[in-house]
Amino acid sequence: MANTLFVRPETLTPDPFHYCPGCGHGIIHRLVAEVIDELGVRETTIGVASVGCSVLAYKYFNFDMQQAAHGRAPAVATGIKRVLPDRVVFTYQGDGDLASIGLAEIVHAAARGEKITVIFVNNANYGMTGGQMAPTTLPGQKTTTSPAGRSVDQAGYPIRVSEMLATLDGPAYIARVSIHNPPQIFKAKKAIRKAFETQLRGTGFTLVEVLSSCPTNWGMKPAEAFSWLEKNMLPYFPLGEYKAASGVSQDD
Amino acid sequence: MARAGKVKIDRERCKGCALCSAFCPKKIIKPSGDVNSFGYHPAEVRDLKNCTGCGICALVCPDVAIIITRKEEAA
Ligand SMILES: Cc1ncc(C[n+]2csc(CCOP(=O)(O)OP(=O)(O)O)c2C)c(N)n1
Repeated sequence: MANTLFVRPETLTPDPFHYCPGCGHGIIHRLVAEVIDELGVRETTIGVASVGCSVLAYKYFNFDMQQAAHGRAPAVATGIKRVLPDRVVFTYQGDGDLASIGLAEIVHAAARGEKITVIFVNNANYGMTGGQMAPTTLPGQKTTTSPAGRSVDQAGYPIRVSEMLATLDGPAYIARVSIHNPPQIFKAKKAIRKAFETQLRGTGFTLVEVLSSCPTNWGMKPAEAFSWLEKNMLPYFPLGEYKAASGVSQDD
Repeated sequence: MARAGKVKIDRERCKGCALCSAFCPKKIIKPSGDVNSFGYHPAEVRDLKNCTGCGICALVCPDVAIIITRKEEAA
């Protein structure tokens, strides 16, 4: 007797991802697709792609998608959700898109308690444009615009988006997860599922920050990049739930 | 009941990133010497009889290039 253990989720189109080898976006796309399949909401889901490497996400998800101007995905998602409140609406944004040019949109969407879900991919740099410093770039981290390492005197400190948004009353669920190893991938999926379930209950804004890697711009092999993430990003960006109906819990 | 896994790799989707080989508990999946039409070295399973079908390679694959079936056999 053979049973299929692992198949391509129906929510993904057959198109191969254009991402670099080992890029975390593919894993995160798949987790979102699996959750949408499991919740049985593919026919009522609308995604909003942002600007960044995932600008073409609309090609990969087998439901309605809209592509938004840089940083404006939460505003576009707000409009869609308010006009079509029975739909499951989410944005998929990188840290450059969400935490630089789109910082005002995300803060106000969260503060208004818009009943949308945000998948926020934090890979500590601008991937698409060639690895420039992002608001999430770590102190001392080398990027193309901080070749000697991010200087906090000159460029300030990285923003912890999950913690910051969790101080607002609008969000119902905020968690930071990672995908650097198999157990963390399971946890990431659980959090993404919880965020979408919270949206279905309509209790407020939901966001999952997913720590991810950018092997090409970090100049590392994919497996090395996951080790770098674990060693360097986790201490600055602790994993855990920052806002949840059941109270907050931080991983150790 | 012995468990036998069956890993199917889509050679054209695989970009040879080797995350599967980094995480395979049995260390039996590796980029091959072949090249696919994009010029990547697609992963291959060297020793399928040792595969337990645990699914970790598929879980970490960023290109959804791996499909797993598990065969349950009476011992
Ligand atoms: C108005 C505007 N400003 C700047 C850019 C250039 N730009 C394209 S993508 C990007 C940042 C992408 O980084 P991120 O959101 O972290 O996503 P990633 O590519 O890492 O997935 C920037 C600055 C643009 N396209 N439009």
